[in-house]
Amino acid sequence: MAGAAVLGRLTWLAADVIGAAAETPRVRTLRLHADEWPGHRAGQHLDVRLTAEDGYQAFRSYSIATAPDDELAITVERLDDGEVSPYLVDELREGDRIEVRGPIGGYFVWDASERGPLLLIGGGSGVVPLMAMIRHRAGTGSSIPARLLYSSRTLEDVIYRGELDELAARQDGFELFHTLTRSQPEGWAGYGRRIDAEMLREVAWPAADEPQVFVCGSTRFVDTAADGLVAIGYEPQSVKTERFGATG
Amino acid sequence: MSSEDRRLDGNAIGGLLLELFGLELTAAMSICRSCGSEEQVARLHVYADAPGVVVRCCHCERVMMRIVRAPGRTWLDLSGTGSLELRELD
Amino acid sequence: MGIVSRGFKGRRSEGPPDRVPPGQHLTDDFPVLSAGPTPHTPLEDWTFTIEGGAEPLSWSWDEFQELPSETITADIHCVTRWSKLDTVWEGVSVDTLLDRVEHEGSYLLAFCDGGYTTNLPLEHVTDGKAWVAYGYNGQPLDPEHGGPARLLVPHLYFWKSAKWVRGFALRDEDEPGFWESNGYHLLGDPWQEQRYWGD
Repeated sequence: MAGAAVLGRLTWLAADVIGAAAETPRVRTLRLHADEWPGHRAGQHLDVRLTAEDGYQAFRSYSIATAPDDELAITVERLDDGEVSPYLVDELREGDRIEVRGPIGGYFVWDASERGPLLLIGGGSGVVPLMAMIRHRAGTGSSIPARLLYSSRTLEDVIYRGELDELAARQDGFELFHTLTRSQPEGWAGYGRRIDAEMLREVAWPAADEPQVFVCGSTRFVDTAADGLVAIGYEPQSVKTERFGATG
Repeated sequence: MSSEDRRLDGNAIGGLLLELFGLELTAAMSICRSCGSEEQVARLHVYADAPGVVVRCCHCERVMMRIVRAPGRTWLDLSGTGSLELRELD
Repeated sequence: MGIVSRGFKGRRSEGPPDRVPPGQHLTDDFPVLSAGPTPHTPLEDWTFTIEGGAEPLSWSWDEFQELPSETITADIHCVTRWSKLDTVWEGVSVDTLLDRVEHEGSYLLAFCDGGYTTNLPLEHVTDGKAWVAYGYNGQPLDPEHGGPARLLVPHLYFWKSAKWVRGFALRDEDEPGFWESNGYHLLGDPWQEQRYWGD
């Protein structure tokens, strides 16, 4: 299914906000309902269009946070200077309406039918599409070995923290590795620095195991992580990357 | 923030390409006309905040695509792309 | 038009209509728009060249710094719809540069590090309408905003104010540059909203 073409017109659909929940002080998950939503694959994103009363429009893209069999949801981080994200995180409420189109993406996608192991590396809100993959894996009862290396500034910034801990506790082949780059709590046992080749050597499978690899975050984060994987023997083309901009 | 942080990749224009071509193109293989490198569109360097979208080869940085959108019109220059492989559904 | 989202306003403000062209809104910050990676030419390698005249003429960075310069306060208008009022620059007038070259053509193509080009009729860069600017707000021009030097042509849309400019190629004809060859208007007068071909 990888690389499959999707035919047909891409149209804007009205989407009602049916739920909004804070993940962290700066991050919120919005559950959406759009009548004609065609469904999605783990890793895909959607485009959002907001129209102001005077006709002004803004467009942004957000990764879908949920598994293919779940309802549609996106997770948005508020960027302080942003034009759209403060509205989505602070203002939008249940019952409001936005427009979405999608799903989009045929490269940065994973289906539980594919072989493993699965190596996921996320920085900040880059964890969102990876969470869709993790939820998809859990929802299908897959036992494919999977590892998430998740970089956040502080423990308070970790998105989906409780759910990730619960999934890791199942001991079903999913392993969780955190690194906190700005500050760590007392007694922290995880990593406490930016991702580097040494950390990847400890967390990642040997390149010869040929894992499916997905890296997502800011351009700087992704480039550093991808370079680190290449430094420990991964073929550049085997590392799938998705870079988020910082236009909020 | 430097322009390196402002650089995205071909995933960022997945919606735009789907709208223009009616096809998922982020996984499509492309060839850079300048240096001959073969990469999936998702891996190309995308600068999306200019007056238009500029897609550059991730090896030689030469321009592969330029896309300008105006009300009711879109201009597309693919002259820097040697070839784009469009695959059909299995 | 799309479905209006309650409470969404975007971040814009209107301004005095005699200073903000049609379709534009004001901004307080200074957005960085890039078509490619930021070049980093060392100053000892930097030159500004005018070719296509009777003889090519070139200045090194030090020679360029010795040219008479001025402080310019200007409103700038980006085709992506933001405008910024009263921006302050320092640079050399294009009149100063062109006066030193014998030339006959009526157009120039500005060329830049990184490969960007933009075309301009000479009448739109002379008589105090254009500068090669190396200072912004009293500081050396930041690479993200086109430093060490950029073209500054404030009366036209800001894509004409080419970043990382390295020279002019004088021409007999108006040869479309990077954006002008792919949809953007050849001239780009914001007061006539000349954004795209045919506008």
